[in-house]
Amino acid sequence: MRELRISVNGEPRTLEGPATIADLLQELRLNPRMVVVELNRQIIRRPVLEATALSDGDTVEVVHFVGGG
Amino acid sequence: MTSTIPAAEPLTDLPLTIAGRTFRSRLMVGTGKYHDNATMARAIEASGAEIVTVAVRRVNLDRTQEEGILYHLHPDQYFLLANTAGCYTADEAIRYARLAREAGFNEYIKLEVIGDRETLLPDTEGLLAATRQLVKEGFAVMAYTTDDLVTALKLEDAGCAAVMPLASPIGSGLGLLNPYGIRTIKRRLSVPVIVDAGVGTASDACLTMEQGVDGILMNTALAEARDPAAMAWAMRWAVDAGRAAFLAGRMPRREVAVPSSPTRGMLAQ
Repeated sequence: MRELRISVNGEPRTLEGPATIADLLQELRLNPRMVVVELNRQIIRRPVLEATALSDGDTVEVVHFVGGG
Repeated sequence: MTSTIPAAEPLTDLPLTIAGRTFRSRLMVGTGKYHDNATMARAIEASGAEIVTVAVRRVNLDRTQEEGILYHLHPDQYFLLANTAGCYTADEAIRYARLAREAGFNEYIKLEVIGDRETLLPDTEGLLAATRQLVKEGFAVMAYTTDDLVTALKLEDAGCAAVMPLASPIGSGLGLLNPYGIRTIKRRLSVPVIVDAGVGTASDACLTMEQGVDGILMNTALAEARDPAAMAWAMRWAVDAGRAAFLAGRMPRREVAVPSSPTRGMLAQ
């Protein structure tokens, strides 16, 4: 177990490693099918969320569709 | 000698087709700025629209239990057209477009690259650069642009699936400021021309469709109406009326009068 200090949507966050993106989404209570994830400016495709490990210093962006014109 | 039965129905029209896909409505609507999602859903339903735009934004991590917009807009009933609203550079717009496509609904993108914060007018250079890149990546690019013909032609050459000239600035409700410009773009382009931004009320929509364009996208006109669903209903028929008038072929404009009643057969004076 080690601490991972990452950034999620611009805010610092600490989680226990090892952790994958799927783990992070679960901790955030987000449905992976309703969001899109970027890890260090790379889109992480849904099928590999569970296989993609997070590292200390990572920058994660989690986006979804909202109302807009 | 055959007699002609006057048509009781409007002239038949071909369906709107963009990048090889047909749509049942020429009226497209945005999903932003509504008071609440229920009002939005009612207005969209009243509009008869099939294409609805959505934006891509960070999930609010403090409020993840709220219903997302997709709860109110089922992808089976509506065609979700993601936009790159809020992007001021080509790179930013490309990034947002890729994120939108990853959500997995379709490869269409309403491309916005904005050049000015006050007017939200497009940055033509950035728009063309982003268009070229996204076309290469297989997107069906629908580009939000000005009423300038030369830019519209460049966007078409760059491979846009549709060109979307503005009627007037986003959210301004100023209506169709440059009918000539829009008419000219429609006359010269081969790809669909869909007027986006600035429509305020039904007459704006009708006048816009009378220019011969293929469709209209509006958001604020509905969201900021006192009764959005009622305005959506009005817009639905305004778009149809304008389209029907265009297909019927309007009379010419004249600088002088031409009498509508006979000039002969007047009584002796």
